Amino acid sequence: MYVGKKVTRVDAYDKVIGRTKYTDDLCDKSAYIARVVHSTIAHGRVVSIDTSEAEKIPGVVKVFTCFDLKEKHYFPTAGHPWSTDPGHQDVADRLVLTEEVRFYGDDIAAVVAEDEVSAAQAVRAVKVEYEEYPFVLDVQEAMKDGAPQIHEEYPNNILKHTSIRKGNYEEAIKEPGLTKIEGWYDTPTVQHCHIENFICYAEMEGDRITVVASTQIPHIVRRVVGQALGIAWGKVRIIKPYIGGGFGNKQDILYEPLCAWLCMQLGGHLVKLDVPREDTFVSNRVRHAIRSHIISWVRPDGTYAARKLEAYSDQGAYASHGHSIAAKGAGAFPQLYPCDNVEADAYTVFTNKSVAGAMRGYGIPQAMWAVECHTEDVAAKLHIDPVEFRRKNLMPVGYIDAFSKNELYDDTFNQCLDKAMETIDYKRKFKEYQNQTGDIRRGIGVAVFWYNTAVWPISLETSSCRMVLNQDGSLQVQLGETEIGQGADTAYTQMTADVLGVPLEDVHVVSCQDTDVTPFGTGAYASRQTYTAGFSIRQTALLLKERILKYAHELTRMPPYNLDIADGSIVRTTDGRKLMTLGELSTEALYSLTNSQHLSAESTAQIKSNAYSFGCTIAEVEVDIPMCKVKLIDIVNAHDAGTLINPALAEAQVHGGMSMGIGYGMSERLIFDKKTGRALNNNLLDYKLSTFMDHPRLKAVFAENTEPTSAFGTKALGEPPACSVAPAIRNAVYQATGVGVNDAPVNPHNLFRRFTEEGLI
Amino acid sequence: MYDIKALYEAESIEHAVKLLAEHPEAQIIAGGSDVLVQMREGKRAGKELVSIYGLDEMRGVSFEADGAIRIGSLTSFSHITRDPIIKEHINVLGEAVDMVGGPQIRNIGTIGGNTCNGVTSADSASTLHAWDAVVELTGPNGVRRIPIHDFYIRAGVVDLRPGELQTAIIIPKASYEGYKGHYIKYAMRNAMDIATTGCSVNVKLSSDKMVMEDVRIAYGVAGPVPMRAPQAEEAAKGKTVSGGNVKAFAETVLKDINPRDSWRASKEFRQHIAVVLAERALRESIRLAGGVIDE
Repeated sequence: MYVGKKVTRVDAYDKVIGRTKYTDDLCDKSAYIARVVHSTIAHGRVVSIDTSEAEKIPGVVKVFTCFDLKEKHYFPTAGHPWSTDPGHQDVADRLVLTEEVRFYGDDIAAVVAEDEVSAAQAVRAVKVEYEEYPFVLDVQEAMKDGAPQIHEEYPNNILKHTSIRKGNYEEAIKEPGLTKIEGWYDTPTVQHCHIENFICYAEMEGDRITVVASTQIPHIVRRVVGQALGIAWGKVRIIKPYIGGGFGNKQDILYEPLCAWLCMQLGGHLVKLDVPREDTFVSNRVRHAIRSHIISWVRPDGTYAARKLEAYSDQGAYASHGHSIAAKGAGAFPQLYPCDNVEADAYTVFTNKSVAGAMRGYGIPQAMWAVECHTEDVAAKLHIDPVEFRRKNLMPVGYIDAFSKNELYDDTFNQCLDKAMETIDYKRKFKEYQNQTGDIRRGIGVAVFWYNTAVWPISLETSSCRMVLNQDGSLQVQLGETEIGQGADTAYTQMTADVLGVPLEDVHVVSCQDTDVTPFGTGAYASRQTYTAGFSIRQTALLLKERILKYAHELTRMPPYNLDIADGSIVRTTDGRKLMTLGELSTEALYSLTNSQHLSAESTAQIKSNAYSFGCTIAEVEVDIPMCKVKLIDIVNAHDAGTLINPALAEAQVHGGMSMGIGYGMSERLIFDKKTGRALNNNLLDYKLSTFMDHPRLKAVFAENTEPTSAFGTKALGEPPACSVAPAIRNAVYQATGVGVNDAPVNPHNLFRRFTEEGLI
Repeated sequence: MYDIKALYEAESIEHAVKLLAEHPEAQIIAGGSDVLVQMREGKRAGKELVSIYGLDEMRGVSFEADGAIRIGSLTSFSHITRDPIIKEHINVLGEAVDMVGGPQIRNIGTIGGNTCNGVTSADSASTLHAWDAVVELTGPNGVRRIPIHDFYIRAGVVDLRPGELQTAIIIPKASYEGYKGHYIKYAMRNAMDIATTGCSVNVKLSSDKMVMEDVRIAYGVAGPVPMRAPQAEEAAKGKTVSGGNVKAFAETVLKDINPRDSWRASKEFRQHIAVVLAERALRESIRLAGGVIDE
């Protein structure tokens, strides 16, 4: 059996020696180079664009502007499965190039040149005349009457507002003896910072167009490119090679439609669009900054009488994933710490800033920042131990969510807290760090998180798989679920080998998705790849096995129910005798003069379940108060992701998420100039992505409770590791200093302000 | 792909001077870790370059006849950090340049480039200011030497005349003998960052280690160019080694420095940090010099 073992990644060797081919490696050198010209105002209208100087530059092929767009096909960009119900379709508010400018960095023109240098020169030479409108950058300012309107159809810039009502909040707060705790919690705009910037190239063959793209969601990209160009979806072919990370940014349609459009304007000539890092920050997608207001009414015994949440989610200029993010966070609020009387309101609001989309955690890191900072504040106010307070109020075993039908089957929270506390020696340190004085103090902090797996029942969950047996008994496996660095291909290999009974090395997962040949699947998001692919892998492998055994029956005359496949051989189950190898069987099957068969199987699994995936972080810090600096000394994440398919990959997945959480909690923030709306730090020097030197040794521990809804007992682990890190760090600083920083990140600027306010410096 | 109009490779210092005279618009390139980044940003796009990177005569650390330490301008940061002369006599410089960027930048980046770039945040610059370094410039009219303080004219502009290149940085014997120093780089992360504020302090103690005979302090990012804090230095000179005197010294720096308010950091924050850094860097310098501060 391979599931549960630390087998080596199937792509490790090629990646380490540099042989793996990414989009740029695959693109022919004859490609024209496209560069996008971005707006230099935050809100307004393009009046004219003078391309004459740019087009004089040697090597420039052509400059296309928003005025060259003869047919306006508005398209949505969210990497969601399409909904056949128009009421549930994503907002179609983008054009490949736009006259209406809604943020500083909007796409108004594109240069196509023979090489990068002339393309860059041409971008600088394009002259644009604008009519400027007032703009708004703050999410709550944008909601006010009279604020600049960013999209006509959305009054007060509110894309969507949803409410959750449970019990009677107003009545419940009248209960005598309650303590009211209230706080505002803010999270910053951050960017994914995957190593490989978004890149794609397009070329035509006949009347069809092929786009090779660094994406997480090839089959969704096909549909949207079709929508954006106004052509039949079947005329679009998307190929997804290995990609250098995505983290949700590439769960959006980025420049595939523009690149395809440019290619079509140039008679189908090969065009490459490679986004510079600076543009990636501004003109791809960012994480929604969410401002949350929480009020809790707590009884003297430490139980909640009533709770209220208001969340304001900064959408930026276009809808992208829209309200899904804020709604997910608000949905977690009444579940994580159940309370009889809850009011939750989530608003997603347009501003004239970079567009927010999906990013690892999808609203939960923001929600956990607010909820877990607040939980700490409540425990402190009531003088209750923060861990005990959480244990008392967290979702109990047996809890069932009425909407998703998710059930908490195991004592996950307590198990994770216990494991994390033991790993980091929490109890001793927590006691030791109470009531410190002096310039340098230590603290230890906890935060838990809520997460779930996949998107059912909000959206379609489907996975298709094809298995094809080769002459020698080895097989290819194809899936729509994509390898984006997380190790999906390796997990699929392990699963297939186990269900089919073949050696690991005989399973070849085809890593590249090509929408012309790969079975349909919606791609990598919602921490769903291992969970959803598991169903179709198991179903398809069983189907193939049935066909193999049927053929084995013809060759051996043994009844199929007395046959099995083990270790790559056909085995008689009655006595365990190996009758033939799978290789012998497949050679015979393919070359038989009497009964030639190509043994293969293909099937689709629709998944109508979802699974909770919970855990926690404990962080230990040393705070240098005069220096306004936090040093992260030790950190552990504990997860219940069900059965681990590959414990080494699981650990690596957690490490990556923790690293992202460390940046979120301590240093990262995209800053916009209040005077112009321009992003000020859109480069990897000024945007403080944390480095190896900012990390202690990262520790990951697991409570492996087999998930009963799952084909392999597994559930979400892609996004959960990024969800509770930041508030745990904040709570550790709180223990060390008594100062709560409610605006992430806990960086020197915010610490200086807070320490000054609290009189520590 | 870089937008370079032409690249001329110098074969000697003399040849470099000749090339610069022939191509007055050309930009000197050494390791390229600043110039190429600026070209990519479009700031120096389309320029001619004169590369001096192959001039080994400008590499290495040595003593001059009078005991001054001579650092060839093309010496890389990583070589400076590991150089035995630097380690023995002015270890703080090796420590300071070991905080530049990451390992790759420290292997390609040179101390000459770091100073000729003229930015206030350069990790070498505050230490060189604090040690009264002298810059050697070679041009059509021969060699001239000027104090590093005079070399910096304003943000991004240094006193490099037409046809000139910086060939060495010299630390006079009187500047280093008997001094011990410490540099603190205050940045937002522990690697791959530029200084929010950098502070380099050194001290010369009396033979009984009780008196601060001389104290020098220089900052990066406390003004448009690296700068000394003369009033703070005066406040500490000749004073006994004590916590109170160190604190008084640190607080005096606010009379000298003029950090700006920007989105990178507020003025108040930079001022606060400047004082904390001054105190800590002097304390560490005193400790390195063998002094003891009684609390």
